[in-house]
Order: sequence, then structure tokens, then C-alpha cells
Amino acid sequence: MKKVYRRPKSLKRAAFHYCPGCGHSIVHRLLTEVFDEMNIQDKVIGIPPPGCSVFAYHYLDIDMAESAHGRGAAVATGLKRAYPDALVFTYQGDGDLAAIGTAETIHAANRGERITSIFINNAVYGMTGGQMAPTTLSNMKTTTTPYGRDTRLEGYPVRMSEMVALVKGAVYIERTAVNSPANIKKTKKAIRKAFQAQIDDLGYSLVEILSPCPTNWKMNPLESWQWVENEMTKEFPLGLIKDATRTKDSTGKRDAD
Amino acid sequence: MYGNAAIGEAAIRAGCQCYFGYPITPQNELTEYMATNLSRRKGCSFVQAESEVSAINMVYGASLAGVRTMTSSSSPGISLKQEGISYLAACELPAVIVNISRGGPGLGSISAAQSDYFQSTRGGGHGDYRTIVLAPSSVQELADLTHRAFDLADRYRIPVIILGDGMLGQMMEPLEFKYDAPSELPVRSDALRGAKGRPSRIVKTFTSRPTELEELNWSLFRRYRLIEKEETTYEIYLVEDAELVVVAFGAAARIAKGAIRNARANGLKVGMFRPITLWPFPYEKISELTQTTKHFLVFEMNMGQMIEDVKLAVEGKREISFYGRPGGVIPTPSEVLRVITRLYYQKGLKTEK
Repeated sequence: MKKVYRRPKSLKRAAFHYCPGCGHSIVHRLLTEVFDEMNIQDKVIGIPPPGCSVFAYHYLDIDMAESAHGRGAAVATGLKRAYPDALVFTYQGDGDLAAIGTAETIHAANRGERITSIFINNAVYGMTGGQMAPTTLSNMKTTTTPYGRDTRLEGYPVRMSEMVALVKGAVYIERTAVNSPANIKKTKKAIRKAFQAQIDDLGYSLVEILSPCPTNWKMNPLESWQWVENEMTKEFPLGLIKDATRTKDSTGKRDAD
Repeated sequence: MYGNAAIGEAAIRAGCQCYFGYPITPQNELTEYMATNLSRRKGCSFVQAESEVSAINMVYGASLAGVRTMTSSSSPGISLKQEGISYLAACELPAVIVNISRGGPGLGSISAAQSDYFQSTRGGGHGDYRTIVLAPSSVQELADLTHRAFDLADRYRIPVIILGDGMLGQMMEPLEFKYDAPSELPVRSDALRGAKGRPSRIVKTFTSRPTELEELNWSLFRRYRLIEKEETTYEIYLVEDAELVVVAFGAAARIAKGAIRNARANGLKVGMFRPITLWPFPYEKISELTQTTKHFLVFEMNMGQMIEDVKLAVEGKREISFYGRPGGVIPTPSEVLRVITRLYYQKGLKTEK
């Protein structure tokens, strides 16, 4: 009998603590599948964020170290600079990467740090209970925008991937989602490409993943999948945002744009 | 050699592999020294970060990878680094942080001050932790203590702060380096370098179980007790027969020494006590001095911060006076001599000839 589905080697035998319908567990699974397939489990080092996925180290069977909120890209920079043989990635939410960690992210990207950011965009601060994130949609209700996000007062949803794509050190950026089998497959492919860019020593790579948060969105899992499809993707269109992996070479003779 | 450059050279000779900085006066020569002399060394890395916050987090990352690493800044920048220092302390990661301090509060001034004593010796960031604090008072000592800082950081797995000031950083003095750069850069055995041939490792403090965090705090404090026992250092100068002992650290101690030399020439029995480790603070030795000396004068380039530790050490057994100049004003030896002389006669310390 042929085995067609198994627990990835890099995934620990532990039950996820995530809420039903949460995207984190899917992304964890995809990451570990990629680690197995690329045979890099003993080379990757992960920097999980403060947030729901701070406990990622309970699930990913790789070296991991916590970082302060927003500082993932700086910690990853230090680690990679000190030990360039490692494959270093940050796993960050939207509050982490697009609010408190904006400077760290943009500058790590601009230096072309050979690191990868897995950016989970669920439009809210999840662990703290559903406050407005930089990515919260216009008019969306959260615990700190109880009347809906008023763009005159609270600004607009931040398109972080597009911003990061402007800097020359960023070589691969794609926005995907984990709200359907097809999108999940595309996400896995993107994660793989992002790590490949790092292996090829080309520069900074980022995969933004639209991820459902049924609990804070006050929806059931199915509704949250549909909401990603019908609402989030309008503000955050899926697809490749930047791919300079073919034109750029690691010697820096050719730029990424 | 400039004080700032001496720190940089000593760090390289101590095997510092990664330096992360951000421009701020009066420590820029150190960052520039590392850009010139560390950045192109084999296996080494230099990054001018986007902020002090990022620089200290890069230090955290490099320390995770098991290498000797350092950052430097000056007072306002050190405030920004406190978050990262707390994380380093919590995760028991060695690192060296240099504070070439300046006048505060706020943006303050770029001239030398000692107003960061509280911030340095009381932890500085959030949570229950300590950092070792070394206070050099010459360019030679900047170099020597930089080397010692890396050793202490590794031995006790703790962030170590070198608290200098703008005067020491900018000062030029001859010095001798006692070590050559190591041919192989040291790597700690517990480094995070990918789980090759061993189970995966996690470096973290966050926990949902308060008892686990309590245990971490207990283990940190057991180590702090050990550091207090083993690593407390100080300098004593002419205290044996002193009626008056001036307690001063860093640049202030240099100024005090000049004043004391002249006071002695005038026949006043004055000595000096200089803590070299500000944490652990040499409480015991000061306590011992209460048996032989009558009066203490604490002299600082601030409004009185270390005096609190001196009071804890003296335990009310002797009277303590204070003289300080805040805000980046550097007092002269003759000014301190006037203070010493006035105090000496006011307190009736004059010995019969």
C-alpha cells in the first residue's frame, strides 16, 4: 500500500493549540513539508513572534528563538550575519511585521539580508484579542475600532508587501492565502521559492499569507474562508509581487529591479 | 589612541565577531573603528543598523548563533536598547554593551556625564534582572575592561555593560594591548546553528506557567549571587590612614585623584575608593572602610546616584557628603580640591601636626 499523506518529519508530534479554522496550523504544516522536501530541517532557524504563534516552537522541530515584538528581522539579521550557513526565517503577524516592526523589516529587506519572512496577515491583533492591525480593512470592526475603521482617523490598510517590494534588496515577494486547497498549494510553492532565494544567496524574501482568524472575526471557519476570498483579497490582491531571482545574482553585480 | 578606538581594538582582540551600531555622539569613533577594522575581517560582520533598537536585537541574534558580539551607543541610544538587554538577560545570552554616556535627561548634551548610573546598575529594562557594569577610568582600562567584559559575559551568560563617558571616549592616551586577536573565533557550544545531529533547541522565556518563570528568576539570581561573590572589583588609593575617603567612579575618579594628590601635598589625609564594578557594587569593602575613616565624600558627575549604594554600604555608621555636577559639566580637580578642603575643616578632620 502506498502512503500518500503523513506527518512531516519536521513537525513535532503535538496537538496544535490554535482555534478551529485558524490559518497558523496550515502554514506550520506547509513550512514543515517544505523543510522536509528541501531537506533543510537541520539548517533552518526560526524566529517566532510574540502573538498566537509564539508557541510555533512547540510544533516545528527545528532550532527556534523568541524575539521581541517587531524585532524579528533584526534578530534574524544578527543570526544570519554571525552564522551565514543557517537558513533563517521570521514568522510574523501583521501587527508585528507591519506596525511595530516596519523599520526592522524594510531595512533588513533593503540590506538584502539573506533571510525569509513568513508574514501572516489576518487583519487583526490575534493573541491580544482582536484589536485593529495596520492591515485591518476600512470600516472593519475590531475591539479598538468598535464603530468600524474610519480611514480619516485610523488610516488605511497597509500593503506591506508592496512597500517592501520597492527596495532593491528584496528579491522575492508573493502574496498568497490559505483559504482553499488551491491557494494552500500556491502558498507552499511560494514558501519554497522564498527559501530557495535564500539558499541561492540572492537577498530578502517575503511571503505574505492571508490567513483566517474566525475567533476574532466572529465568524465560523467556513465564513472566514469566504471572507478572505470576498473581502480581504480586494484590499490585498493575491499573486506575485516581485521576483528578481532570475535577474539578480549573488555577487551583487545585477540589481533586483 | 582614542578611548573609543581602544574599546574597538580590544573587542577585536577579545574575539568579537559581530558589531552592530548606530551613530550617536560621543561614541561614533568606536562604530567607525569597527567599520574600518572589523567589517572586512574573515568571518566577522559589521552592520550600521537602522536604530539602536535594531542594533541590540542584531546583537541578540548574533549571540544566539554563539559568537562574541557587541554594540555601543550613548545615553539616549542606551535607553532604546533596554528592551533588547532585558531579552538578553532573560534568555541568558552573553553580549557586551558599551555606553559612552552623555548629559541627560532627554537629548541632553554631548559632553561627559554619569547620569546613567541608575539605568545601568538597576537593570534598566523591564523585569527582575541584573547586568554586570564595568566602569573604566582610563584608556588603558577601557581596553582591559573590554576584554574582561567579553570573558565575564561568556562565563556567566549575562549581558555586560561598559559604562564610560564622553571624556573617556574622546580622550587620547598611550596604552598597551595585553592580548593578540585569537586565530580562531570562539563559538559557544550551546549556539543555535540548526539541529544537525542533535535534537532541536528552543531559546525562549515566554511561558504560560508562572512557576516556570519563577524558576528562571531563581536561577538567574543564584548566578547573580555568585557574580557578587566572585567578580566585585575596586581600586583603593591612599585609604590606609585617610580621615576622609572620596568615593568616585569612572572619569570622576580621575578628577578626584588629581584633587587628592594636591590635598595630600597640603597635609590632608584624604584617600579614594573607586568601584570598578558598579554592579556588583563593592558594599563589603566600603563597609570595612567605615572602621578606619571618619567621613565619606561621594563625588559624581550627576545629582547623586551612586551615593545610594554608598549609603547602603555605610549603613549610617559614618556621615556621607555629596558633591556633584550634572548635565555634562566636567568639574576640575581644583574645584574638587576646594570641596575636599572645606569639608575637611568643617568636619573637624584636621589632624594635629
